[in-house]
Amino acid sequence: MSKSNFSRRGVLKTGAIAGAGLALPTYLSAASHTGYTNAPTGSTVKFGFNVPQTGPYAEEGLDELRAQELAVEHINGMGDGGLLNTFSEKNLQGDGILGKKVEFVTGDTQTKSDVARASAQSMIQKDGCVMINGGSSSGVAIAVQGLCQDAGVIFMAGLTHSNDTTGKDKKANGFRHFFNGYMSGAALGPVLEKEYGNERQAYHLTADYTWGWTQQESIAASTEALGWTTTQNVLTPVGAGDFSSYIAPILNSGADTLILNHYGGDMVNSLTQAIQFGLKDKQVNGKDFTIIVPLYSELMAAGAGSNIQGVFGSMNWNWQLQDAGTKAFTKSFGEKYGFPPSGAAHTCYVQTLLYADAVTRAGTFNPCGVAEALEDFDFDGMGNGPTSYRGSDHQCFKDVLVMKGADNPTNAFDTLEIVEVTPRAQVEYPVDHPMFAGGDLGACNPGA
Amino acid sequence: MLGLNTRDFKLFILVCVLALAAPFLLNPFPTASALGESFNAGYPALMQRFVIFGILVIGFNILFGLTGFLSFGHAAFLGVGSFAAVWMFKLLSYNVVPAIILSVIVAGIFSVVIGYVALRRSGIYFSILTLAFAQMMYSIAFSDLAGKMMGFTLTNGETGLQVYNDDPQILMGPDSPTTPHFFGLEMNSQFTWDIGGWSFVFQNGYYFSALFLIAAFYLSIRIFRSPMGLMLRAIKSNQTRMSYTGINTKPYMLAAFVISGMYAGLAGGLLAAMDPLTGAERMFWTASGEIVVMAILGGVGTLIGPVLGAGIIKYLENIVSKINDSILHQWFAIMPDWLDNVLVTIIHPFIGKGWHLTLGLLFMAVVIFLPGGLVQGGEKIGELFRRKKTDDAADGAKTPAE
Repeated sequence: MSKSNFSRRGVLKTGAIAGAGLALPTYLSAASHTGYTNAPTGSTVKFGFNVPQTGPYAEEGLDELRAQELAVEHINGMGDGGLLNTFSEKNLQGDGILGKKVEFVTGDTQTKSDVARASAQSMIQKDGCVMINGGSSSGVAIAVQGLCQDAGVIFMAGLTHSNDTTGKDKKANGFRHFFNGYMSGAALGPVLEKEYGNERQAYHLTADYTWGWTQQESIAASTEALGWTTTQNVLTPVGAGDFSSYIAPILNSGADTLILNHYGGDMVNSLTQAIQFGLKDKQVNGKDFTIIVPLYSELMAAGAGSNIQGVFGSMNWNWQLQDAGTKAFTKSFGEKYGFPPSGAAHTCYVQTLLYADAVTRAGTFNPCGVAEALEDFDFDGMGNGPTSYRGSDHQCFKDVLVMKGADNPTNAFDTLEIVEVTPRAQVEYPVDHPMFAGGDLGACNPGA
Repeated sequence: MLGLNTRDFKLFILVCVLALAAPFLLNPFPTASALGESFNAGYPALMQRFVIFGILVIGFNILFGLTGFLSFGHAAFLGVGSFAAVWMFKLLSYNVVPAIILSVIVAGIFSVVIGYVALRRSGIYFSILTLAFAQMMYSIAFSDLAGKMMGFTLTNGETGLQVYNDDPQILMGPDSPTTPHFFGLEMNSQFTWDIGGWSFVFQNGYYFSALFLIAAFYLSIRIFRSPMGLMLRAIKSNQTRMSYTGINTKPYMLAAFVISGMYAGLAGGLLAAMDPLTGAERMFWTASGEIVVMAILGGVGTLIGPVLGAGIIKYLENIVSKINDSILHQWFAIMPDWLDNVLVTIIHPFIGKGWHLTLGLLFMAVVIFLPGGLVQGGEKIGELFRRKKTDDAADGAKTPAE
């Protein structure tokens, strides 16, 4: 049946060929060192914008993409210049970066780590990008940040709110402008105390991944400090769609406050269903039932409609702020797209400009030079007031907004109102805070 | 040669050439040209996926192609393989050898257990059982249930498992590479050959995986042509009759299931070796479905079909999904504006995030017109040129290889 004809000659020949094949890569790997990954050689430099265009966070992702496109226009000198006019650094002249015009490629992360990494790999290996910008899910942001660290390019995180992104999963090549769960908790605490007192029973519904976990931990810690009790924390899968089976048990749990650690399409669904179940009209323990959404965005507010009236939450930035930077950005975004930008759009836009500026200050696209220029960098005029990038964990520190669903919105875009601008000092924390401990920034990696 | 008949040996050489020359074959257009920017697929990350998913589907084909048992949970073995490999990186060092060995073993153990239970039923019930097991494993990994019960992080839930600087890595010396490597040969180091407008990238990791693909393909030919392969085919044509003749088919079935599970584990281990991070989403049922689609698209029960199917789907997923409207406008720039706009409007639903639609149409066309998959298409084209000596050719194709 099976014929075996291994002759000595055959084995030797095959062995020699296989050996040569194995040895070839060793010989080849010795060559090619350009100093750092994807050093731009021509008259252009390429950015990769890696955002979710499908899945539960697609709305945020598409808005990020609009802002990133706008940022590239402004860096290349088209349009009205947007935040370049109010930014405290004046290195960018509208002629690209270090004389090179900026081009970009886009990718769809589908809010899945594997897909996001495949897309980022293609940006780095095929398109030759020197910087990846994007996010909209902390799980994805952490995965892509790790990839960029290994590949030797800079990752400018977009919308990622988990403590871990600059906590236990921080990386030397990754930078985050957005705020995080701890800051949300610290900012919301005093406002909630003023509004709802010190005796509340909180029931948490939490998205089951790094962002949900760390935000829940942060909010529970800050509300428990007020004297509230955490009745229960239920983890829900991301993109579940139907949350009714998670909401029904709340009615009998004895809790008088529901904290929704959900984001994007998930938050729209869970909030709408909670209201359909009549939670907001209930009285428990002699108090009106309340709902809190710690992380807000305009896109979620628009999706949830009138359901968000009176619901508290926090934001990184909102277009209704009155400083010059906010006004300039809202104007140029509004003129191009016909509606005000979301907080996700703002953070991606700012991150792209910050990267461009850091390159001009460093005089090189080398990730190590750029990282050095960004570390402990203080700036202003980007809509958040005075801001600084902490060198020890690559987290930005700035004021945090506490928001509330407007009672009488006049149009589709002012559904949220600013309750308080929490000063930066109140949301700061030491780099070795227990919620952020355990990580290691490592050394910057220029790749190649 | 190598214990293969002439026809199989030619096929084997073809796969070797395809695998080793992939950096050239997949970069047909100059890098900076519009066609090159859109259609070139010869970058390491994608080439790795071509060969790794090729291995996975070759293994799947040993089960589905030979015995006709449709496993709808194969991605679960891929997933456990990846988790095993990343754990080896975390505990020992970045050397890929222990990682790949363990991933094959762990996937083998899981497939023995699942196969033992699932193979008690056949047909649709078998498919549903494998699907149920795979979804169970997915849920356990996604919520990290096993880890929570044992009191540590086993799969790290949605975030996925990755290697941290403070992991034990007991075999790591001070000078050891900090990326996956084969006794010092780093997987991600590469050599770029710029010639003319082309640039060809030769990466260690790709060639490492390609050698596994070649070995996996060779093993699969040997299994197809072995007495056991014949037994498996007999089970496919009539399992009941086999039992009545007094043959216990169970051990053969289980062996096929475990072999294909180990192939999946190897693919999972290689995925982790190329990119040391893994997550539960790799085990989701859509991933299992994708494997089935790859096998059917290429040609179930054929030797080279799985490799073709895996390649086409990964190509569509990574290349077609990145084409957007502004790229289309560039292509049609020479046409009058109205025609340009009409063409872009027509093509728009099929590109970018609409690549699933393109894949669906292709799949339908293959299933309707070429039930034997793309391999059948290739044979039909071949016959057109060989019609003269039909008698010989048709006979040669139908005679069993034994």
